[in-house]
Amino acid sequence: MIAADLAPLAVVLPFLGAAVTFILIRHARAQRAVSISTLSVTLLIEVVMLIAAPSSGTHAVKLGGWEPPFGIVLVVDQFSALMLVVSSAVSLSVLIYAAGQGMADGDEDGPVSIFHPTYLILVAGVSNAFLTGDLFNLYVGFEILLTASYVLMTLGGTAPRIRAGVTYVVVSVVSSMLFLIAIAMIYGATGTINMADLAVKLESVDPATQLVLHLMLLVAFGIKAAVFPLSFWLPDSYPTAPAPVTAVFAGLLTKVGVYAMVRVETLLFPGDRINSLLMVVALLTMVVGILGALAQSDIKRLLSFTLVSHIGYMVFGLAISTRIGLGAAVYYVAHHIIVQTSLFLVTGLIERRGGTANVDRLGGLAKLSPLLGLLFFLPAMNLAGIPPFSGFLGKLGLIQAGVELGTPLAYVLVAGGVATSLLTLLVMARVWNRAFWRSPADAEDPDPILLASKADGSSVGTSRHVTGEDTGRFAGKDPVRLLPASMTGPTIGLVALGLALTVLAGPLFTLSDGAAQEMLDRTPYIEAVLGAGADR
Amino acid sequence: MTVNITLIVLMAAFFAAGIYLLLERSLTRVLLGLILLGNGANILILATSGPGGTSPLYIAGTPPEEYTDSLPQALILTAIVITFAVTAFMLGIIYRSWVLGREDDVQDDPEDRRVADQDSYDYEDDADIIADTTEFSEAEDPSAADADADRAGRTEGPR
Repeated sequence: MIAADLAPLAVVLPFLGAAVTFILIRHARAQRAVSISTLSVTLLIEVVMLIAAPSSGTHAVKLGGWEPPFGIVLVVDQFSALMLVVSSAVSLSVLIYAAGQGMADGDEDGPVSIFHPTYLILVAGVSNAFLTGDLFNLYVGFEILLTASYVLMTLGGTAPRIRAGVTYVVVSVVSSMLFLIAIAMIYGATGTINMADLAVKLESVDPATQLVLHLMLLVAFGIKAAVFPLSFWLPDSYPTAPAPVTAVFAGLLTKVGVYAMVRVETLLFPGDRINSLLMVVALLTMVVGILGALAQSDIKRLLSFTLVSHIGYMVFGLAISTRIGLGAAVYYVAHHIIVQTSLFLVTGLIERRGGTANVDRLGGLAKLSPLLGLLFFLPAMNLAGIPPFSGFLGKLGLIQAGVELGTPLAYVLVAGGVATSLLTLLVMARVWNRAFWRSPADAEDPDPILLASKADGSSVGTSRHVTGEDTGRFAGKDPVRLLPASMTGPTIGLVALGLALTVLAGPLFTLSDGAAQEMLDRTPYIEAVLGAGADR
Repeated sequence: MTVNITLIVLMAAFFAAGIYLLLERSLTRVLLGLILLGNGANILILATSGPGGTSPLYIAGTPPEEYTDSLPQALILTAIVITFAVTAFMLGIIYRSWVLGREDDVQDDPEDRRVADQDSYDYEDDADIIADTTEFSEAEDPSAADADADRAGRTEGPR
């Protein structure tokens, strides 16, 4: 019995939690306690697995006692353990934030109580996708998390969410169909869907057939990961969802796609056959994404475009596919999950404090709430890659890898990466200048909450002081706290975690380097699943 | 591996009709397209199991190659359940979209249209910088002078 044998719990616990919270659907407080404690325990188990991962090596858990390649296996290696810990930490923070929002607004009696079970199912799906060593089980994992995300995306069923939800569901279903077709073709070509077994058997398949299978999988995962030109759906659908939902989607869902792409590239189809194509795709994703962000004035849409843009960095590392490039990509994925989620959470707070997420209608937030200013500033600079933040370290690793490779295309990619980093800084500076620095009086058509002040002119902490004819969304409601500690708390925690990535950069880079080495070797994975000597 | 030609032709027809329907703007047709695509994919999985054989129950003395490959059927069963759930959900949101008074159509993103239509001139980014930007102006009331200049700069903008 070693720590990695606990792997099934990472999937089973959230499912059990979902069942219990579903039974408790009329008891908001109990529901909240169950879901938060479930995720906390899951996180603890995953931390134990991560600490044990470097020493115990790759480990496969055979479910139901069926021997691979016939049964389903869950595989714990350094990459999957790291992804599990980061994703659970992020989803726990978002859950506390969402619960805090519900408590502050007192609206937990509505249909929103479906949030907790659905959210836990989403987490279970994400964990399953990270752990599985079976291609069809990966499809099931994707479907679990996608179906949960459909419900979360259309929560409340308002017109804008239904409109965005339709696009999102159709695009996701099409990508899942492509994945399913790819699985069928792979099964037809090799007669197995166990990933370790495939890694051995695909080598003997005709190279042209291999290329078709490879590209089918990459297109299916490329849609999920929002890689240009398959990223069109993301900025359209993410921003309309509730703030915590957008935050967790932005952090986790695209990264599951990236994770699957990494596994395809390293385990199933190693070699550099399509690396040039990936490099071009990475470059376009970075540059087109960030240019899109420049044109936006809604912070949520703007962040959705930066999300697409920064997926390009991960594909960059994957396309270089040397040990240092892959290691930097792994580090970058961990960094980006945390930073992008915290930015979306802060945007939720901005929307609450300023009444809107449109930068043209905001102003003076840094003075109204210095804490909010700090909470936005730190992850924004982190995303742009200013030293000494983790965004800088990740990009530095990628650029080193690109220069080390030294081909002309790699240098173009390095230049594109640097330009994207600078443009990200420009985008963040625009938000900062408008929403935080200028006087609220300069804002165009500001929300009443932004201009509201107490009798002595100090800024307000609740919606009680919003007076006048147009009190908008506060009309006829009890006053609510604008920035309750239950919402700022998890945001502070997540921003601090983003800063901790800098402090812990040494051990983390060792870990991601080890993960990259394991993936490039392939042997540990194959032997863990099929037994020693199977890949000969 | 031998493949059943009927299955392949059927699959091709499903995919062709499915993709055609998917390209329509009516949501109901899009949903029908997705259902056809799902069934096409299921038939493809079925085709990979090769020619049929004995049911996969253990009978002593039967050589392994005489059994039907049962794995694709297990995969199809899972895929059918998933497609069923997603179809039900799609029907739900299409109905909701209709209740909300929308047409049975894919809607444009209003924010996207707004961004596309906006002027390339941006007051904050593109306005001329007023000549005197110092905060230590020699005018008698610097804050008033600054505010005047600021207002003048704003009205000049072709907004």
